[in-house]
Amino acid sequence: MSQTRENGAAVVIIGAGVTGLSAAWWLARDGVDVLVLDKGVIGYEASSRNGGGATHYQSPLFHEEQRLWPLMDELLGYPTEHRPERIVIAMNEAQMARYQRMQGILAGLGYRADLLDPQQVRDAVPLAGDQHIGGVHIRTGGQANPQRTVQAYAWAAQDHGARIMQHTPVLGIEMAHGRAVGVRTRDGMIGCDQLIVAAGPQSGTLLRGIGIDLPVAPARAEMIVTEALPLMPYGGVDGNGLYGRQTLRGNLAYGGGWHEWMDELPLHGALPRPSTPVLQHIALRIAQMLPKAAHTRMIRSWAGIIENTPDGRPVLDRPANPGNVTVATMSSVGFGLSPATGRALRDLVIDGRCSFADIDKLSLRRFDGLDPDWRRIQGWVTPATHQASVPA
Amino acid sequence: MDGVMRQAYPVDPKSAVGKLARPAQFVDVLVVGAGPAGIAAALAAAGEGRSVMLVDEHPVSAAMAGLDVPYLFGGRATPALGNQARMIEQVAGAMPGLEDAFEAGIEVALNVSVWGMWVAGPGLQVLPCAVAGLATEDRSWLCGFGRAVIATGARDLVLSFAGSDQPGVVGAQGLHALLTRYDAFAGRVVSILGSGRLALETALLALDKGLTVAALIEVRDAPQGPADLVAEVAARGVAIRCGAVPLMAETTVDGVVALRIIPVAGGAVERIACDTVCLALGLVPQIELLDTLGAAVTLDRDRGGYVPVCDATGQTSIEAISVAGDCAGVAEPGGLDYRMAWMRALLDTGGNDALACTCEEVTRGDVFALHQPRYLGPESEAMAARDLAGLLADGPPDHDQMKRLTRVSMGPCQGRRCREQVAMLLAIGARNDIGIVNRAGFRAPVRPLSLAALAAPDDAAGRDGWDVWFGIVAQWVPYDEIGTPREADYIAGDMHL
Repeated sequence: MSQTRENGAAVVIIGAGVTGLSAAWWLARDGVDVLVLDKGVIGYEASSRNGGGATHYQSPLFHEEQRLWPLMDELLGYPTEHRPERIVIAMNEAQMARYQRMQGILAGLGYRADLLDPQQVRDAVPLAGDQHIGGVHIRTGGQANPQRTVQAYAWAAQDHGARIMQHTPVLGIEMAHGRAVGVRTRDGMIGCDQLIVAAGPQSGTLLRGIGIDLPVAPARAEMIVTEALPLMPYGGVDGNGLYGRQTLRGNLAYGGGWHEWMDELPLHGALPRPSTPVLQHIALRIAQMLPKAAHTRMIRSWAGIIENTPDGRPVLDRPANPGNVTVATMSSVGFGLSPATGRALRDLVIDGRCSFADIDKLSLRRFDGLDPDWRRIQGWVTPATHQASVPA
Repeated sequence: MDGVMRQAYPVDPKSAVGKLARPAQFVDVLVVGAGPAGIAAALAAAGEGRSVMLVDEHPVSAAMAGLDVPYLFGGRATPALGNQARMIEQVAGAMPGLEDAFEAGIEVALNVSVWGMWVAGPGLQVLPCAVAGLATEDRSWLCGFGRAVIATGARDLVLSFAGSDQPGVVGAQGLHALLTRYDAFAGRVVSILGSGRLALETALLALDKGLTVAALIEVRDAPQGPADLVAEVAARGVAIRCGAVPLMAETTVDGVVALRIIPVAGGAVERIACDTVCLALGLVPQIELLDTLGAAVTLDRDRGGYVPVCDATGQTSIEAISVAGDCAGVAEPGGLDYRMAWMRALLDTGGNDALACTCEEVTRGDVFALHQPRYLGPESEAMAARDLAGLLADGPPDHDQMKRLTRVSMGPCQGRRCREQVAMLLAIGARNDIGIVNRAGFRAPVRPLSLAALAAPDDAAGRDGWDVWFGIVAQWVPYDEIGTPREADYIAGDMHL
C-alpha cells in the first residue's frame, strides 16, 4: 500500500457511524493504517439514535453478532453497556403469533427462546401489568448503549492507531486509472489505497459520483425516553409494536411506528430531523405494555434519519469495478450487528471475501436492472413527491 | 402528455402519511405565555378579528415546581402550591392584563403547558396543519393553529456551589413568581448573588414583600447595576459584598440556614445567616419551543445567550411563528462575560466537587475528567486515561456528546438546572470562547410529562399501519431462506415484529 500518513491513509472510511467505526477498529487492530472521515461528530446520526438491540436472526452475521457482544467491553477496553437476553411482550394474539414465529426461527438457528405465560411475564418484568397475553424470553441477543458504543469503537480504533477526522465532510470520490485514489474535502484531497463508503443515507450520493448505483432511501423515525426507574431484572424488554429497552441507568427508551420518507440528503450541514406528535403513540404503547410505568415522566425524544435499500437488506460488497471501493449500508438495522459487520468489512478490504459467513446475497448485483423509479413504485417518497405523481 | 394516464403510485402504508389527523381544536392565533408581551400579542390578534387562544403554564403543579420547571423554585414554595384550584384563582388574579384578554373574547388557558410545536418543513411534511402539543398534568392534546406568537419569557441561570442543590437555593425568576403571582414563598431571609439590575430589583422586591435581605454578593470589585438602584438598595440597609462568591450553602434537613462566602482574592470565609440564596446572575430566554419547531437561533452575548433569529417585529425564520418579550432576548450588556466571571470564580474557589448536574449527580470534575457515570462502576484502564482535553483534540466541545458520555444534563429537569453551566465548563475545558460549544438542543416534550398524560387516545388511527420498524417484509427473511421457495412463505406470513 502506497499512501503516506501525510497525504492520506491505506484505508479511508467515509462515515464515522457505527459501521464505519467498527470497520476502522477491526482494521486498526490488524495494523492497517486507517482514517475515518465524518461530516460531523462521530456516531451522531442513526448510529446513536436507535434502540440498541442485538438480536438479528435474519442476518448472515447473526452468529457472529451473538458470539462477539459478550466480549465487546473487553475487546474494546471501553464500556458498551451490553446486557444479554430479551423479553418480548405480546398484548394481543396477532403480536403473540409473530413473536412465536420469531421463537421458531431462533430455535431453528440453535438458540434458546422460551414462551412465557402472563404470570411468567410479570415475574420477569416487574413493570408489566395484567393486560398482556404472554411473551417470549430470548436467551441470547440483548442490547447495548448505542451512544457509549460508538464512542468505544472510536477510542478503541484510535488506541490501535486509527485516525478520525470529525467535521470533515467528503464532497466526492476521486478516480484515476479506474481506481478510487482519494476523497475530496473542503481542505483538499485525501488519498487512499482502499475506500469504504459507510456514509449512511449519503452513501448513495457519493457512490453515484463514481458510477456505482447504491439504491437507498432516507427516512426519519423517532424514539422517546423516560426518567430513570429502578432496574428490572432484564433490560431488554420490548414488544407491543415497540423496540427498545430499559437502559442500564434505568430510563425506558422505546421507538416504533410511523416513519417519514425524505428526499435525498445534502452531503454536509444540519439535517432536518424533528421528533413529532408520533411520540404520543409511542407513549401510549409503552403505557399499555408496562402499565406500572404509566406515571413515569417522559423527558426526551429524538429522531434519526436512516437509509433503506429496496428490499431492506444490507449491502456489504466490494464490487469488481473499481475494485478498491467497499460499499456498506445496513439498511436501517446496523447497530446490533456492528461488531460482526466491522469484521466482515475488514475481511472484504483485506482478503476480498468474508471469512466467517456467506454474505454473497448482500451484494449490489441483486439490484441490477432495478427500475430507476423504485422509490415511487414502492411508495417510499415524500408526500410532496407522491402528490406530484398522482394522476390528474 | 395529455391523454396519457400516469401510473398511480402507492403510499407506503407503514409511513406517517395520513396518520396524524387534523386536531379537533384549531385557532387562528396561538399565543404561548401570558406575560405582558403575550397578552399584548393576543389582544392585537383578537383586535384583527382572529380566534385567539392564550396559553400559560402557570400556576405549575407542585411536582413541576419540585423539578424546577420552568424556574428555579429551589424547594421554597409553600404547601399552598399543592392546591391547584386555589392557585389558578390566585395566579389569574395576579397577572396584570389578563382581565382585558378575557374581555376581548380570548380563550385563556392557565395551568396548560405547551410541550412541543411543529410546522411543515423539510423533514416533516405529514402534518395536517401547524400543530402545538398542549397538556395539563394528567392530559395532553393537540391544537392546530394558523400562526403562533411565542412569548415564553426567560428562565433562571443556574450556577452551582457546594450545597446549591439543597432546598433554599432559588433563582430570581422563581423567587419573583413565588413572591408575586403565586404568593407562596416559604423563606424569610434572602442572600442574593449578583449586583446587576436583576439582582438589585430582586432585592427591592424582596424588601417590599417584607423579607430580610441579608446581603448581595458580587464577584467583581464593584456593584454592577445602575447607580440609582445601587443607592436605593444601600439606603434600605442592604450591604453589597464585592469581590466574593459563595463557597458553600450550610444546610439542615430544611435546606439552607446560612451561606458561606469567600473573597475571590483569598481571605477569610464569612458566614451569612439566611434561609434562601437567590441566584440573580442573569436570565436565559426560553427557546425550547423554537427548537422543536426548528427555528433558527443565534448566540447573543448581550441578550442572555441563545435567542431566536428574528426581525424587529419578532418574525422568526419560520413564517407562521413570531416571538415577543423576553424569550426573544433579555437586555443584559456584557452578560455572557459576567456569567463567565462568576463561573471561573466559583470554579477557582469551590473546585471540581460541586455538582454540575443535580439530577444525574455529575460533578464539575466528572465533566473535566470525562468520567463514566457511577452506575457503570470502576473505569477500565483505557477509560480512566480518557479526559475532556483528549476528546477536544478530536473536535470542538459538543454538549450532546458530553450528555451521552457523562449523563450530564440528562435528568428529569431536562437540563434546565445545568445547561448554561455545563456549556461554560466545556468552554473553560477547551480554553476557548463559549461560542465554540455546540449547543444541546431541546426536544419534545419540553416539559416532563407522564406517559399516561402524553399518550394518544387508543383508537384505530393509532393502530392502523403501525409497525415496530419500517414494515419491509423482505427485511426479516432469514438469510438462508433468501432465494429459496420458502422465502415467499415468510413474506406472505407478515414478518414484522
